[in-house]
Amino acid sequence: MKEKKANPDKIRKRENQKEHLKSLMLGNAEKRGFLGSFVVYLLLIVISFIFLYPVLYMISRSLMSRSDLLDSSAMWIPSSLTLHNYESAVLTMDYWNSLLKNLYLAVVPTFCQVFICSMVGYGFARYNFPLKKMWMAILILAFLLPSQTTALPNYLVFQNLRMIDGTIKPFLITAILGQGFKSTLCILIFYNFHRQVPQSLIEDAEIDGAGHVKAYFRIAIPLAGAAIVVVTLFSFVWYWNETYLVRNYLGYGTTRATGLTTLMLELSAFEDSYANAYTTWASSVTSSDRINDAIRMAGTVLAIAPLMILYFVLQKQFVESVDKAGITGE
Amino acid sequence: MSKKTKRNPHDKRHFTRRTLREWGFGYLFILPWIVGVSIFFLYAMVQSLRFSFSRVELSNGVILRPLENGLFENFVKVFTTDVNFPTTLANFGIGLILQLPVIIAFSLIIALLLNSNIRCRSLFRMIFFLPVIIATGPVMSQLTAQGVSSVPMVSQNALLSVLSDLPEFIYAPINNLFSSLILILWNSGIQILIFLAGLQKVPRTLYEAAKIDGASAWESFWKITLPTVRSLILLNSIYTVVTLATGGSNEIIELIYTATYTATQGYSYAMAMSWIYTLVVAVILVIVFLLLREKSDRHVVYEQKRRDVKENAGR
Repeated sequence: MKEKKANPDKIRKRENQKEHLKSLMLGNAEKRGFLGSFVVYLLLIVISFIFLYPVLYMISRSLMSRSDLLDSSAMWIPSSLTLHNYESAVLTMDYWNSLLKNLYLAVVPTFCQVFICSMVGYGFARYNFPLKKMWMAILILAFLLPSQTTALPNYLVFQNLRMIDGTIKPFLITAILGQGFKSTLCILIFYNFHRQVPQSLIEDAEIDGAGHVKAYFRIAIPLAGAAIVVVTLFSFVWYWNETYLVRNYLGYGTTRATGLTTLMLELSAFEDSYANAYTTWASSVTSSDRINDAIRMAGTVLAIAPLMILYFVLQKQFVESVDKAGITGE
Repeated sequence: MSKKTKRNPHDKRHFTRRTLREWGFGYLFILPWIVGVSIFFLYAMVQSLRFSFSRVELSNGVILRPLENGLFENFVKVFTTDVNFPTTLANFGIGLILQLPVIIAFSLIIALLLNSNIRCRSLFRMIFFLPVIIATGPVMSQLTAQGVSSVPMVSQNALLSVLSDLPEFIYAPINNLFSSLILILWNSGIQILIFLAGLQKVPRTLYEAAKIDGASAWESFWKITLPTVRSLILLNSIYTVVTLATGGSNEIIELIYTATYTATQGYSYAMAMSWIYTLVVAVILVIVFLLLREKSDRHVVYEQKRRDVKENAGR
């Protein structure tokens, strides 16, 4: 009798336990279970690793000595860390000079671009004028179509003006005329942003006697702080990373000895530069110093290092940029 | 909204002066861009079109001569004499069509994962966004040369050997897709953030309400999540096509660049190439737009028009 009575209790208890375990593992209406979380984290970690794999490989390779490269057991962890590859890469790219030139070539046009694009974006957002639709259509067309069709005629324009001489001039002129690298995208970001500012704020200021230009500088620009940060950061990255148009504007024959250069250009010419440098060092170094993967990877790490540092310092601004630029808020 | 506030009857008295002032300041603000776009986009487009339809002579400047063998001589030459261009172009087009769904699906999945209730979200976001900063042409080509453009653990060979019976022009892009999978996924940084921003705007209460009504997670995804990110799928697809088409690791751009400075090919040849390329990109963009555009768009436009007509009639 007693046993019979105890049994349903036991069964219920066991059922409850099972239920509890099930909800812990698979989740219930309110909370995701352990298994669900586990799968999400596992996926995220695996994909993160896949994303970082080339970067990790690059860094680990660049620290390997020559013997490690040939040793298949040292696939990931170098047996001894060496900075020798970095020394070679620094010499090959003339790193510190190239870095300075690149900074100059990226920072100055970036500021021009931000200033002009903000103004143009504001003009489109705030005012109505005849043919506005046509200009907007051209703006969007310029964003969509690849720039290869216009690159050569633009090169010829600058060549006729004798400005293809390895200086910053073509970069400055295009940035000031709203035609810098991805200027169109910058204008669209500012357009979107200025459009969200209540028109009444600006109109009130205009009625209070501030002119149109003053209203822009006093009210629209301070309100667009977030967009300015976003566009500045991205313009800098775009100016840093572009190679095709940079080569076009600096001229085919320009080298770092005769004009400006960027680290990306130096990286794409790494092989040749190394061969040149190697012949001049040949008397002083041993023959084992031919170019190898480790030196190439050291060069790649050096070329992306400045942007990596910028990214780690300002990662919050970069990652939140999409939210702030209001791209999704149509 | 802004239009309505300006359109009050009070304005009518000052119509000419105020409107003219507005026009003037509007043009003043966009003036630098108008000058720039006229020289560096409109004029340049016309120039390159002229180049592609004539023979360019380089003697103390550029001289354009009419073509001898028909108007489309340069275009015909690109397809008949060039060994690389047609195949590269076909590979690019097919590759783009293959990569686009991969990138969009992948970035949507990542955004969904990031949007669920997890710790270290900012760390993961940082990792997924990193390639946007460092993925450039020269870096990509260095990595491809090293063979780290794909995951070594994935046994691609089994799948690829099955597919290798396909004709070359289909097989090559698929092979390319697998062999540079990481670099393709590296192109999804911005897209992930755009999706994530859109997903975060969906109110949680909507999902809760659906759950109470008995909807499964799967159903909520199709009925709530997907419709809200739909317009973002279109935005992301267009963005992806544009970045892939203008990106640094693009072989066609290299081909055009080398053709420009090769004596046997020259300016007009390169410009014909770039126009063909532009057309292909434009066609892909139009197809993407037509496929992904919201079907209700036309309806909305119609509604808007009807409302406008009503408003005008009311006045």
